Amino acid sequence: MADEKIPRRDAINYLLGAGIGALGAATLYPIARYIIPPPASGSGTSSVSAGKVGELKPNEGKIFKFGNAPGILILKPGGDPASALSYAAFTAVCTHLNCTVQYRTDIKEIWCACHNGHFDLNGKVISGPPPEALREFRVAIKGDEIFVSSEEA
Amino acid sequence: MAEKNALYKWFDERVDLVNLEKFLRHKTVPYHRHSLWYYVGGMCLYLFIVQVITGILLLLYYKPTAEAAYESVQYIMTEVPFGWLIRSIHSYAANLFIGFVFLHMFSVFLMKGYRKPREITWITGALLLFLAMGFGFSGYLLPWNQLAYLATNVGTNFAVMVPFVGKWVLEFLRGGTEVTGATLTRFFGFHVAVLPGIATALLGAHLLFVQRQGMSVPISIEKEINAGKAKRLEIPFFPNFLYRDVVGWSLAFGLIILLSSLFPWELGEKADILKPAPPHVKPEWFFVFMYQTLKYVPKAVGVFGFAIAGGIWVLLPFFDSKSNRGEFNRLYTIIGIAAVVYMVVFTIIGYVAPGE
Repeated sequence: MADEKIPRRDAINYLLGAGIGALGAATLYPIARYIIPPPASGSGTSSVSAGKVGELKPNEGKIFKFGNAPGILILKPGGDPASALSYAAFTAVCTHLNCTVQYRTDIKEIWCACHNGHFDLNGKVISGPPPEALREFRVAIKGDEIFVSSEEA
Repeated sequence: MAEKNALYKWFDERVDLVNLEKFLRHKTVPYHRHSLWYYVGGMCLYLFIVQVITGILLLLYYKPTAEAAYESVQYIMTEVPFGWLIRSIHSYAANLFIGFVFLHMFSVFLMKGYRKPREITWITGALLLFLAMGFGFSGYLLPWNQLAYLATNVGTNFAVMVPFVGKWVLEFLRGGTEVTGATLTRFFGFHVAVLPGIATALLGAHLLFVQRQGMSVPISIEKEINAGKAKRLEIPFFPNFLYRDVVGWSLAFGLIILLSSLFPWELGEKADILKPAPPHVKPEWFFVFMYQTLKYVPKAVGVFGFAIAGGIWVLLPFFDSKSNRGEFNRLYTIIGIAAVVYMVVFTIIGYVAPGE
């Protein structure tokens, strides 16, 4: 081992190669980091105002903006508009392929038009291709404002 | 060639790599006491590529509207990982690029590299220089800060001096009668689509001609060779010339990174149409000599003077018949040096002259 010598040319080639490699890595690393965007300011949203009391009648739903994504607020059939317990709120992003869902007053279900996915008023899948339930939000009423927050309901 | 790998063979069978290699091996570059200047053109090309890459990266986050432009650049500078670095590189490399383009032009001018048969190379090069200034002018506005807003107001205002269609040109540039968000969107289009398109075509032609004709050897060296006082020396393009190029590029890259890290490019204040211009407002440095000149001569004289001088400059090879015959033209050398001195002096005055 001690007698083995690396030829000078090879040594220089290794050094040059390592130097170019290091330069390449030092150039590509910032670029790779740069092209991945930092977390958007909206995605950390934990609580938003989804509407006013009295805006929804029983058996009605509306889409609201929750950070950068849509959410859906529903006043359950026969529910009292002034009671937070009468409402249900979920992310409006279907768990199948990210379409925006809607509330169907005729069948009293949340429905995704893209591939005919049905969810009940607890967000559970009733039928269709969605693999998971819709993520539920917590509803609270302060004054006449309906607040929806992402803490577990 | 026996040990070339399978991938090489695969490509060789299809695109004749052996021939390309032979071509690269035989391509040479003249070697003499002025041949250092040959590397300046390669430097321009390198910096142009840096601009293309960093420019594309900036496009990932930049928003070209009056409402969002400033904030999006602020976002790049403060939130995006290494965003400050990418934008600073783009700004520093842009300035270095313009500097090297000027250096390239004047070195070619003084060595009379434009003489027959390289007239078209000169013309495409001169047009590329104007294009580079257009890149600088349009890019300057994009962060939508106060200085850029004012500079664009002043700069585009010269368009009204174009005979007969001045008002139309002004509105074309500004996207209306005033500098507004419409101007910003328009300049963005010029900066990232129109100018790059034209630049790519001109650059392609420029490089094609350089490739077909080889480097021009200065008249003085040609004479020495013809008189038997010097030998015609050449070095292989690959790897000898290219490796020297790479050394220069590495130095430039190091300088840009150093400047970007120590002094990240500033953003300034957001453009506010209601704010008055601060004193001593100046355009970018490569316009300062013209800006300063306009303080001494009537506007019309200055603007048309520069337009005519620019036109003559582009068509220079057709005026210098002496150089075309291979004779040394002292007058043109003096004109070239005078132009450099004038530009340098007026740029310096523009920066140091107090309160003018």
